[in-house]
Amino acid sequence: MKNNTPLLKRMRESQLFWPLVALILIFIVDAIFAPGFFKIGILDGHLFGNLIDVVNNAAPLMLVAIGMTLVIATGGVDLSVGAVIAISAATSTVLINPALGNELITNDILAANTTNTPLWIVVLVDLVAGTLCGLWNGFLVSRGKISPMVATLILMVAGRGIAQLVTNGQIMTVYYTPYWWFGNGFILGLPVSIYIVAIVFVLAWLLARKTSIGLFIESVGINAKATYYSGISEQNIKLFVYTFCGFCSAVAGLILGSYIHGVDANNIGLLYELDAILAVVIGGTLMSGGRFSLMASVIGALIIWTFTITMYTFGVPANALLAGRAVLVLVVIILYSDYTRRILNKFSERKGVQHDATNEAPAAR
Amino acid sequence: MMQQTKRLLLDNDSLLTGKESNMLQKTKRFLFDNGPLLTTIVIFILLYLAGGWMYPAMQKPQVFFNLFINQASLLIVSIGMTLVILTKGIDLSVAGVIALTSAASAALLANGMSPLVVMPLMLVMGIVFGLTQGWIIHFFKVEPFIVTLMGLFFARGMAYIITLSSLTITDPFYRYLALTKVPVPLFEKAYLYIPSFVGPVLLVVAFYLCYFTRFGRMVYAIGNNEQSALLMGFPVARTKLLVYAFGGFCSALGGIVFSISLLSGYGGYAPGMELDAIASAVIGGTMLTGGVGNVIGTLFGVLINGTIVSILQFNGTLSSWWTRIGVGVLTLIFLGIQSLFYMRKKHS
Repeated sequence: MKNNTPLLKRMRESQLFWPLVALILIFIVDAIFAPGFFKIGILDGHLFGNLIDVVNNAAPLMLVAIGMTLVIATGGVDLSVGAVIAISAATSTVLINPALGNELITNDILAANTTNTPLWIVVLVDLVAGTLCGLWNGFLVSRGKISPMVATLILMVAGRGIAQLVTNGQIMTVYYTPYWWFGNGFILGLPVSIYIVAIVFVLAWLLARKTSIGLFIESVGINAKATYYSGISEQNIKLFVYTFCGFCSAVAGLILGSYIHGVDANNIGLLYELDAILAVVIGGTLMSGGRFSLMASVIGALIIWTFTITMYTFGVPANALLAGRAVLVLVVIILYSDYTRRILNKFSERKGVQHDATNEAPAAR
Repeated sequence: MMQQTKRLLLDNDSLLTGKESNMLQKTKRFLFDNGPLLTTIVIFILLYLAGGWMYPAMQKPQVFFNLFINQASLLIVSIGMTLVILTKGIDLSVAGVIALTSAASAALLANGMSPLVVMPLMLVMGIVFGLTQGWIIHFFKVEPFIVTLMGLFFARGMAYIITLSSLTITDPFYRYLALTKVPVPLFEKAYLYIPSFVGPVLLVVAFYLCYFTRFGRMVYAIGNNEQSALLMGFPVARTKLLVYAFGGFCSALGGIVFSISLLSGYGGYAPGMELDAIASAVIGGTMLTGGVGNVIGTLFGVLINGTIVSILQFNGTLSSWWTRIGVGVLTLIFLGIQSLFYMRKKHS
């Protein structure tokens, strides 16, 4: 099949094609209207510039998008990622500044360069908290048979409350410098967060593409019942993806908390569930589940942040950007819809060419 | 042999007490059909009694009427949400439209436009907004939840484009609406504000729409099974568009009420209200899978929400984030109750 289909068509049918086109389009706009966008300099032994900012800012979103891709591939959705980010970041900062109990902690403690617990325990607790949240979601969806949107909505509503409860309603600031490293440090001139994303991505990719789990996930997304009848535990697959999504959100929470040197349970990771879904949708994974591409979702996250930072360079106020982003995504979604695809295919395919077999064939990954 | 005897006995039984068992059966059936709704009402009463028992000040009638004053816009929005959920859709844009309406009306009023023009204009805007969403959802077959999410972003963004900070409304008509107390008959010293009547009136209208019009039956039919509704020749497209338009209308109306009660407009208003509205509908017995539920339940869902808030206020030491946790837990409980009823219905 590979040899028969022309290169252009194979490219067009690849899931990476449209996201890359969108990214390149934004870059072209940048190149024309804001040439300084691509400038990369060296400061204090590490790279800086808009592109580095894009990558650094997009890192938490990429992580969440990786988890979200797997969830959406099973035909579900996880609305609680923002709340999970808040919970995991809150629990970790509470261990650095002891805020357990009912007393408010003083400024001295908040501004001290000390920690109450070793850093590795802080990181571990952060990851465990997020993973437990994911496990709870997965349990509700797979064993409780509640529709994913509602099951995760519960944690989305209650999660920020829980995070507030953990931090006692205080905004935790962290002046313990080793904790800052995750969001602000550099290795070989590149931000640490990139390496973290790379590790999680490789982990997810190995799981999804080198073991049969990826195949199972897709089959659950396409037809959960048939999957169950062919002897695959559809419940455990669902449990796994939600747990993994919780884990990814926890890592994102670690980076975000470290990046802003503290945690405000009300605002950290705000609207991340929306951005993550957008990233996945831009990446071409259908909301109904099935075929997915982790790389495409990561590119989707990059698109969102490139667009955002481009708008900042143009001087668009941050809040007004919401409207622009919404329109952008709606256009993308409409472009992806079956209706538009049919019209596009009609235009691009010449008459007389047989188009039953090639049309239905799965695209090369 | 045994079975036959048993059946005979049973027949005998029913013959003897035919009338009574019929009554019993009817009550049973009624309880069964309206289980979630009755549970909601009972929980509301219990919650309110518990509040009154813990804090004697809550026994004053005014506290009850405050529920209608404070939750006025939530009630309106939840009614629209209920109808949308009944068609198996969802409308996440409500809070955005509320914010947009408040910001836009504040800006227009500040420029000297008459409130009698502004209000209809806002309602038309809401309807057009909802209609557009419904159009994209139906004709491009995009998930309702994505489209309305974008609607939320878009509306909030537009509100921020109109004004980056909170605009005060000084219009005399708005002030009149906001500050006129209407005494409640039969209760001493109890009062309501004019906007708090909008919700109950809309509730009656929505109830009529749902149960006594062709449109309402269509909504339930689409929620139960869109495919068969289409095959039966129902105007699915028109009904869906109308439902989303109604949702947009309710959001805009809620936005007007909201801006009257706060006398200002800002894009950041009503954060997370879409969740409260969904939770109210779910607590009121509306199934998110569509086709089951009614607007009366939603009223009680909103009242439960308001009662939790006022209990927290009376307590004073508990923080506001407990509201969110409480609403979340209640939603979970009700989902459990719903699936219980649903499963039993399926088996019977």
